[in-house]
Amino acid sequence: MADKLQFSLVSPEAELFSGLVDQVDVPGTEGDFGVLPDHAPFMAAIRTGAITVFNDGVETKYMIQGGFADVMPSGLTILAEQCTPLSDLSAEALAEDITKAEQALAAAEGDDSLDAAQHLDGLKLVQGTL
Amino acid sequence: MASLKDLQNRIKSVKNTQKITKAMQMVAAAKLRKAQEFAVKSRPYSDRIAAVIANLSASMAGSEGAPKLLVGTGSDNVQLLVVATSDRGLCGGFNTNIVRKAREEITALQAAGKTVKLFCIGKKGHDQLTRLYGELIVEYVSLKEHKTLNATIAAELGGKITSMFDAGEFDVCKLLFSKFENVMTQTPTIKTMIPALVDTSEGEVAGPDLGGAAYEYEPDEEGILKVLLPRNINTQIFSALLENSAGEMGSKMTAMDNATRSAGDMIDKLTLTFNRTRQAQITSDLIEIISGAEAL
Repeated sequence: MADKLQFSLVSPEAELFSGLVDQVDVPGTEGDFGVLPDHAPFMAAIRTGAITVFNDGVETKYMIQGGFADVMPSGLTILAEQCTPLSDLSAEALAEDITKAEQALAAAEGDDSLDAAQHLDGLKLVQGTL
Repeated sequence: MASLKDLQNRIKSVKNTQKITKAMQMVAAAKLRKAQEFAVKSRPYSDRIAAVIANLSASMAGSEGAPKLLVGTGSDNVQLLVVATSDRGLCGGFNTNIVRKAREEITALQAAGKTVKLFCIGKKGHDQLTRLYGELIVEYVSLKEHKTLNATIAAELGGKITSMFDAGEFDVCKLLFSKFENVMTQTPTIKTMIPALVDTSEGEVAGPDLGGAAYEYEPDEEGILKVLLPRNINTQIFSALLENSAGEMGSKMTAMDNATRSAGDMIDKLTLTFNRTRQAQITSDLIEIISGAEAL
């Protein structure tokens, strides 16, 4: 199967997805990237944001908070720190997370504030897509 | 000889105990199923993270700037033992087995002239270790207030350990927990968490076949390892906690099953004695009546 990508999405609590897909878009710390079948071996850290899985014209989105993407010839594995399907995400919970992130940003100093700002941006982006 | 009334009371009390142990066994069975499910679900993640680290460490191992979490501090004088046990008793030899293993390890390390520090997770292990090695315990965390285990708890514990390591409080960190083999067997296991350098002698974690292409990293290897290594510790603690909770429930189920059976045996024995005593009393009553009648 050269035209499909083996994709698995795992978080510490469960394996959220495993199967063949067309394309996966991942928010990396250095910028978003898309993974197609036969991608070069590649490993990237992930920031807060939405993963988009394309399969047979259907888009599925997952909200992810931190983790790693590991692209190997055998496929793509995402090790998520926290991950929820966007359809299961409630606007209230997200709003609460955003308030927390804003507080964290206000309290953070130095390098931490950069991370906090990135986290907050990611959360707001996800909120926009809801 | 106990009176009939006494025997009746004893039978009643044993029956009540049996009801409780039976209920506990059933609760443990239900919880076991859930705990096992969680343990199985978390496995892909820990397997993958181990594979990624093995992969990365192979390329980082020789270099100077390799993070200390990966290669260690270069000495092994101060060793931190993280002993994970359960918070509740009544689960057979589960906690005692872990503590025994910890004791063996501590004795061996002390004999080799190392300084040992203890990090206790779970009340039961802490109670048992305080008696023997109270002065060695540097941290104690009880998970009692958490109803369900989740990655956040493990991340908290992992954060504590990592910051202790960064502060130079120990050189080597070992995790002690009970590996869940099946309902009947749980094996106390020791796993070295820091340094995280994967033992390549096992041969299982051979690097992935990249088809001749070079691995690319974004950000660089060091940046990734810096985040990945603490996370690996969290993951290992998390899976240890899950294995422990499955083991605890399995052990509790077996222990309560045994208790229920012993209570059943005891009830049978007591009922037999009760009936014998009752018959003996009837017989002696009859003899009294008959001999009274003959005398007339």
